[in-house]
Amino acid sequence: MDFLVDFVLIPSIKIGVVFGVVSLVVAYLTLLERKVIAFMQVRLGPMRVGPYGLLQPIADGLKLMLKEDIVPSGADRMVFTMAPIITLIPAFIVFAVIPFGPTISILGRDVSLYITDLNIGVLYVLSVSSIGILGVILGGWASNSKYPLLGALRSAAQMVSYEVALGFSIIGVLMLSGSLSLVDIVESQRDSGYWYVFLQPVGFILFFVCGVAETNRAPFDMPEAETELVAGFHTEYSGFRFSLFFLAEYASMIVITSMTVTLFWGGWLRPFPNIEALAFLDLIPGVVWFGLKVLMFLYLYLWFRASWPRYRYDQLMNLGWLYLLPIAIGNVIVTAVLVLVLRG
Amino acid sequence: MTTDEQTLFDSNEITLSMGPQHPSTHGVLQVKLKLDGERVLDAECVIGYLHRGVEKLGEHQTYGQFLPTLDRMDYIAAVSNCLGYCEAIERLLGIEAPPRAQYVRVLLTELNRISSHLLWLGTHALDIGAMTVFLYCFREREEVLKIFENYCGARLTTHIFRIGGLQYEIYDGFEEQVRTFVKDFPKKIDEYEQLLTENRIWIGRTRGVGVLTKEEAIDLGVTGPCLRASGLEWDIRKSNPYAAYSEFDFEIPVGEYGDTYDRYLCRIEEMRQSNRIVAQAVEKIPDGPIKAKVSKIIKPPVGDIYHSIEAPKGELGYYVVSDQTTLPYRVRVRPPSYVNLQALRQMVTGHMVADVVAVIGTLDIVLGEVDR
Repeated sequence: MDFLVDFVLIPSIKIGVVFGVVSLVVAYLTLLERKVIAFMQVRLGPMRVGPYGLLQPIADGLKLMLKEDIVPSGADRMVFTMAPIITLIPAFIVFAVIPFGPTISILGRDVSLYITDLNIGVLYVLSVSSIGILGVILGGWASNSKYPLLGALRSAAQMVSYEVALGFSIIGVLMLSGSLSLVDIVESQRDSGYWYVFLQPVGFILFFVCGVAETNRAPFDMPEAETELVAGFHTEYSGFRFSLFFLAEYASMIVITSMTVTLFWGGWLRPFPNIEALAFLDLIPGVVWFGLKVLMFLYLYLWFRASWPRYRYDQLMNLGWLYLLPIAIGNVIVTAVLVLVLRG
Repeated sequence: MTTDEQTLFDSNEITLSMGPQHPSTHGVLQVKLKLDGERVLDAECVIGYLHRGVEKLGEHQTYGQFLPTLDRMDYIAAVSNCLGYCEAIERLLGIEAPPRAQYVRVLLTELNRISSHLLWLGTHALDIGAMTVFLYCFREREEVLKIFENYCGARLTTHIFRIGGLQYEIYDGFEEQVRTFVKDFPKKIDEYEQLLTENRIWIGRTRGVGVLTKEEAIDLGVTGPCLRASGLEWDIRKSNPYAAYSEFDFEIPVGEYGDTYDRYLCRIEEMRQSNRIVAQAVEKIPDGPIKAKVSKIIKPPVGDIYHSIEAPKGELGYYVVSDQTTLPYRVRVRPPSYVNLQALRQMVTGHMVADVVAVIGTLDIVLGEVDR
């Protein structure tokens, strides 16, 4: 009985809740994006569907599902159908290891607020989220059209090259925490008393910049540069297939922000876990802290989009290989030396 | 350009047809690009999707009837179109609009230049990915269009002047509305500049892109801000003053390198100068009649005239031949957009695909005027 509850019932409930919440957050993230950017641009954003446009994401979803599904002539049907799915699934299964909160007890049973705690959590996230690129490339190729092909080539180059710097920027944190498990990383931030952003500021900035590039968001939104390549790799996609790409993009935004929060901003920890005087902040559950931090970085994403023009493809490559990667490697070396000297 | 039947594996070149349905060709321009990866090897413009035979229509309408049609050429700067034609016919008739009309004409034309440049800035920035500038520009453009709407009832295709002067007296509160706009506008320009001028990404995207040297610009017949950004101080408002421009104090901004960034700076400064002209004009609109004595049926004496003005996009010229009937014998328009578009090919060759949209944006073309 206990076995069933521990290994079947509770995980199933957790998976259901995470999937539901993430989908909902993704839907409302699109509304948030439209609203936030609208306010930055002195307009109102969606106002018609529901009060203050609150039902807009639902209307959008319905509209996309009811739309005609067009497959271009000459497209590779099989690959064309699979591409959005290949992009979407990794974006969602990454959430399996994201620690949303600490272990709490519900009805006398200890329940951890994460689906699982892999001892190679960081590697899992990095490797699974790279699979998404495959869908982008296949989608661009299978469309049998030039704009998507150019868009897919751009994204392939961009995502691959930024992944390198992204990987290097994390190494500093791994050296400090001594673990690849995301839960251990958060707990070691609690034990040391500092969020790693204070010990690894360069690593944090690199990680976030590369993360923005990884998720193809402004100012690195080259693959779908709407004014150059119409809509990049998903130009030929319509209806529900398009919405899968769309969901995947926003889900991976949440993945990157969650990873930023977990690795550098103390995950579910309250601000300044080392200062006793702020202990009353612990009354707010860890999940809320986590959510607030994620929201902060999502807002930053939207802020970027409203403020900056877009990089050009070659400039983006220069930035990635000539600046971010050397800085990331330098950061690793400096951290290694400091860890060695200070910890003896 | 002939397109050979090739697969992607046969060669390193692909032919990409950009437009006429493309979000950033500013209308129905088609550009056939030959690409090597992302690099442009050759570009060919295909125009004519919006051809309506404006010049031929001119031969079948009386001098006055033709004015509303002209608004449909450069619909972003309809006031300039109207001014050029009215002045050409006035010169053909040997009359001159009264001073009050001249001042109001200058004022409205400069406001129109501001609104045209605002639309250019907004769409140009949007092409390069800066979305917010676009909406800020439209906010101020709205104020200008409100002034036009209050004055003549239309916002875009205004049909704002008449041969011999103005149709309408300025409305109550006109000066007040213009003064408010003139006072606020420089601050708004600062806002745009804050978002773009020193932005590293913006500079990276525009510096050294689409360079046009002074000699090339002259050879291609490029006029307007594109020519001035290449370093030649040539502005018809100064060199051959028309309307009342000789009575105003303003400067001609000139660029140095002739690249996209210089053209951006030039147009920004032109908006400030236009604002200065409007500020001067609104303070000294003279009293008097608004229309010279023109007979109801216009029959200019036999002869021809070429008259050109400085439209927001460059030299807008009208060549009109009269055979002393009510219809012109021939109307020929020298559209600035059409001539400037010639430069596109040599400006984009060797650059990236992303630069093509930047260059199309910086040329500031209106397809209604290119195709007529």
